[in-house]
Amino acid sequence: MTDPKIPAITINDLSIHFGSGDELVKAVDHVSFTVPAQQSFGLVGESGSGKSTILRALAGLNTHCDGQMLLEGESLQSARSKAFYKKVQMVFQDPYASLHPRHTIDKILAEPLAIHGFKNTEQRIAKVMEQVALPNKFRFRYPHQLSGGQRQRVAIARALILEPKILLLDEPTSALDVSIQAEILNLLNQLREELSLTYILVSHDLAVVSYMCEQIAVMQHGKLVELLQVDQQGKTDAKDPYTLQLNLASKGYDRAVIEQFIDHD
Amino acid sequence: MTYIGNNNDHLLEVKNLNVEFPSVHGSVHAVRDISFKMGHEKIAIVGESGSGKSQTGRAILGLSPGNVTAEKLFFDGVDLQGLSARDYREIRGKRISMVMQDPKYSLNPVMTVGKQMIEACQIQMKVSKKQAISRCIEMLEAVRIRNPQRVFNTYPHEVSGGMGQRIMIAMMLLSSPDLLIADEPTSALDVTVQLQVLAIMDDLVKERGMGLILISHDLPLVASFCDRILVMYAGRIVEELEASKLDQAQHPYTKGLLSCLPNNAIKGQPIATLQRQDSWLDGTLNAQGKLI
Repeated sequence: MTDPKIPAITINDLSIHFGSGDELVKAVDHVSFTVPAQQSFGLVGESGSGKSTILRALAGLNTHCDGQMLLEGESLQSARSKAFYKKVQMVFQDPYASLHPRHTIDKILAEPLAIHGFKNTEQRIAKVMEQVALPNKFRFRYPHQLSGGQRQRVAIARALILEPKILLLDEPTSALDVSIQAEILNLLNQLREELSLTYILVSHDLAVVSYMCEQIAVMQHGKLVELLQVDQQGKTDAKDPYTLQLNLASKGYDRAVIEQFIDHD
Repeated sequence: MTYIGNNNDHLLEVKNLNVEFPSVHGSVHAVRDISFKMGHEKIAIVGESGSGKSQTGRAILGLSPGNVTAEKLFFDGVDLQGLSARDYREIRGKRISMVMQDPKYSLNPVMTVGKQMIEACQIQMKVSKKQAISRCIEMLEAVRIRNPQRVFNTYPHEVSGGMGQRIMIAMMLLSSPDLLIADEPTSALDVTVQLQVLAIMDDLVKERGMGLILISHDLPLVASFCDRILVMYAGRIVEELEASKLDQAQHPYTKGLLSCLPNNAIKGQPIATLQRQDSWLDGTLNAQGKLI
C-alpha cells in the first residue's frame, strides 16, 4: 500500500506547445497542481482550454512537453513503462469510438491482460464485468450490439482490469443521455470507494465536476484560472470572473446574463 | 400549390404522425401517433436518444427515409403530404429550414463558407451573384459575426464550433423561413457559446415572427428558453407542458429526467437513476396526473 501522504500526481509548471513561429499554440501554459491520493480532481473548461491535453500528456500520449510530472513522487520520463500503465489507465470520451468494432467484449478485456502477462484472464474478466455491473451475457457480443451506456461500462472495465490506482477520465459521460450519465457517475463513485482509486476527471460540465470532485481546476486558454475546493454541499467559492461566468451559463437561458458575457473567441 | 388561407394560430399542425422503419425483425416504430399544433412560438421537443425527436423533425421536412404516415400534416394551410417532390422543394429551405447538430459534418469541407452560402442563396432566391453576396454578408452580420467578410472567405475547418453553428444558422435564414427546425443546434458547443447562439435564434423569432422547433435532450435548458415543451419517450409525446411549469411536471419520466441531473444531486449520495417502467410505453396521463 502506498503512503497516502504522497500525492498521487504532481504537475509542476507544465507547458505544451504545438506548432512554431506565428502558428505557435500554447495549449497548456505553465500549469501546476497536485492530486492527493484517493481523491477526485476535476479539470473544467471550454473546448480548447487545454484540459484534455494535460490528461493526454499525463497518459504519455503527448510526448513533448516542458515541466515536470510526478507519479507518486517519482518523475515521469517521456517514454512510459509498462509499470506506469499498470498503475494509470485512461477512459476516453466517446464509447462509440474507443472500442474496437471487430473485437468482442471478451477480446477487448483480454487484451490488456495479455500485454501485461496476466495468467488468470478468465477470473479477472468475470470479476471486472461484475464490478461495472455488466451481465455475463454481454461477454461475447460486439460493441455495436451494446448501448452507449453499456459501451462506456466496457471502457471503464477495460481500464479497471489491470487494477490501476489512478484513472484518467476524459469526459466519460458527455456522449451519453442524462439518465445514463447518472448511472455511470454513480458507478464511478462506487468504484472509487471500493477500490480506493484516484480520479482525474475532465469535463466541460461544472455540475458533473462539482458533484464528483473534491478539487476543481478551472482552465481557460491553456492557463489554470482558478483552483477551487468543493465543500460538502457541492458548493465552490469561485471568485474569478471566468468561473463565475461559467457558473451562470450552466444555470440556463437568461437574456440579461448573456448580454454581459465577455467573448473569448 | 394550394393555400387554404393563412391561419396564424397554426403555423404547423401535426395529427397522428407515424414514422416506421421496416426491417427483417419486424418494423421499428420510431414515431408513434404524435399530434401537436404550433403558432409563431418557440416549442421544444425533448427526449433521450432514440426517442424519435429527430425523426419527427425530419418527417415534417419530408426528409425521413422511413414510412411516414399522418392523419394531418399541415404547414401554414398547405397539406405537406399531398405535395409533389418539386413543390416540397419550394417549401423546404425556403419556408421551413433545418439546422443540424454538428457544423463539422453539415458544411462542405472543400468549399469556402461564402461559396456554399451563395450557392444556397441563388438556388432559393433566384438572385444575381452580387445580390447573393450582399445578402449572405447581411445574414452573417445578423448572427453577430463581427467580421463577416473574413468569415465569408474561410473554409469550415478554419472556424470554431460556435462560429460554424452561427454560419449554419445564417445559411438557414437566407430565405427568411417561417419555421426553423433546429436539431440539437447547440449540443456540440460550450455552455457560454450555446447560450449566445440561442440568444441569436431568440431575436430572430421575435424580430421575424418565425416559428421555432428546438429539438434537444437538455430539459432544463429548453425550459429556460422555449414557450412550450413536448417530452418524448419511445416515439410518443408523453407530456406536454408550459416551459415555466417544468417543476409541476406530472409524468414520472419527466420527473425522472429532472432528478437524475447532477445539479440536483447531493454530494456523497448516489444520483437518482431513471427506473423505466413498461407502462410509460403506452400509458397516457389523465387529468389527475395519473398514468392510465
